[in-house]
Amino acid sequence: MPQVSLTVNGKQHTVEVEGRTLLVELLREKLRLTGTHVGCDTSQCGACVVHVDGESVKSCTTLAVMCDGAAVTTIEGLAKADGTLHPMQEAFREYHALQCGFCTPGMVMSAVDLVAKNPQGLSEKEIREGLEGNLCRCTGYHNIVKAIAAAQEVMHGRRETVAAAAE
Amino acid sequence: MYDFAYHKPSSVADAVKLLASDPDAKAVSGGHTLLPALKHRLNKPTSLVDLSGIAEMRGVRREGNAIIIGALTRHHEVANSEAVKSAIPALAYMAQHIGDQQVRNRGTLGGSVSNNDPAADYPSAVLGLGATVHTSKRKIAADDFFLGMFTTALEHDEILVAVEFPIPEKAGYAKMRNPASRYVMAGAFVSKGPMGVRVAINGAAACVFRQPEMEAALSSNWSADAVAGVKQAADDLNSDIHGSAEYRAHLVTVMAKRAVAAAG
Repeated sequence: MPQVSLTVNGKQHTVEVEGRTLLVELLREKLRLTGTHVGCDTSQCGACVVHVDGESVKSCTTLAVMCDGAAVTTIEGLAKADGTLHPMQEAFREYHALQCGFCTPGMVMSAVDLVAKNPQGLSEKEIREGLEGNLCRCTGYHNIVKAIAAAQEVMHGRRETVAAAAE
Repeated sequence: MYDFAYHKPSSVADAVKLLASDPDAKAVSGGHTLLPALKHRLNKPTSLVDLSGIAEMRGVRREGNAIIIGALTRHHEVANSEAVKSAIPALAYMAQHIGDQQVRNRGTLGGSVSNNDPAADYPSAVLGLGATVHTSKRKIAADDFFLGMFTTALEHDEILVAVEFPIPEKAGYAKMRNPASRYVMAGAFVSKGPMGVRVAINGAAACVFRQPEMEAALSSNWSADAVAGVKQAADDLNSDIHGSAEYRAHLVTVMAKRAVAAAG
């Protein structure tokens, strides 16, 4: 069986996989990182989004063997070691940007990549377009968009806290 | 998904050898079309040849009056390439509107063009700009490349290495997406330049095709009004739960008008 060596949330792993093992299966079943969810399994819903070498990807449509040598970040790797939430996580909490929470890990990971790639700042319309690959069936997106708008101010150093960004 | 052997060659020559040695092998790069097909067991390759480690197949460069894009170049890279944006903005626009951000971070030009899904975006740009497909053994004009649904002129052990896009004077792309799947219901890529006036229609039929009546109309008068009067015949168009052939025929004219307007 092929072996994959990859870094997940800063920790090095070497894992035996099948050729057909998906990245999300490696994360959830081999590494027990179950924060990453599988929703549609057809690359549409975005519940499985993680970062591979800094870019958001759908881990249900990525083979584990193709990630040999890669650095992967999952939702478990966003908060600091002392438990301090990432500004995007903090903003999702502050703005009540989730209800059932199933889509949330993917939403947060997509949003972090979206904001990081757009330091100039995103309008509400651009945030909505940027979330095209993530489906939420509870919130109607409104609070998710608000949370991302607030988090981008903190991520780019324009505000101290997500609460201040709401003023 | 059935299991398969996995190979990751580092040169085009090694990849060709691997494909030639196994008639049931498949090439893969981003995997965003192949993996869904494997999950549905529509395809059962014995081995996958991962092209993503072949450095010579990556990147965008300008050569004279053409933009050459390596097959492994991801949609996100094409959409944000300064060379593409300045020379063929319609191509960057097209790449920016494929799938969603996560799909654009993985999907590649070579995968989209060699798969030739009827609802894919890239084939319309390749045909609509009169591009040339560079493979591991030859160069193929776009007009000779797309043969039918999911079918191209590529042979089993032939790899799409790059696509050479001649820089047009004007080009534009417009599409109508299915509101649920976001796949193209009908799209039009139009251009005017060294390859003449070209109109390529995607999403509407089994395979991307050129629209000769619209090309004739635009040759004598490059304006949205010129194509507005050209009716697309519904005969060979797709008809499914998403839209009838007549609906798609109507969309073809509307998309062509919008594409010409976008081209300016």
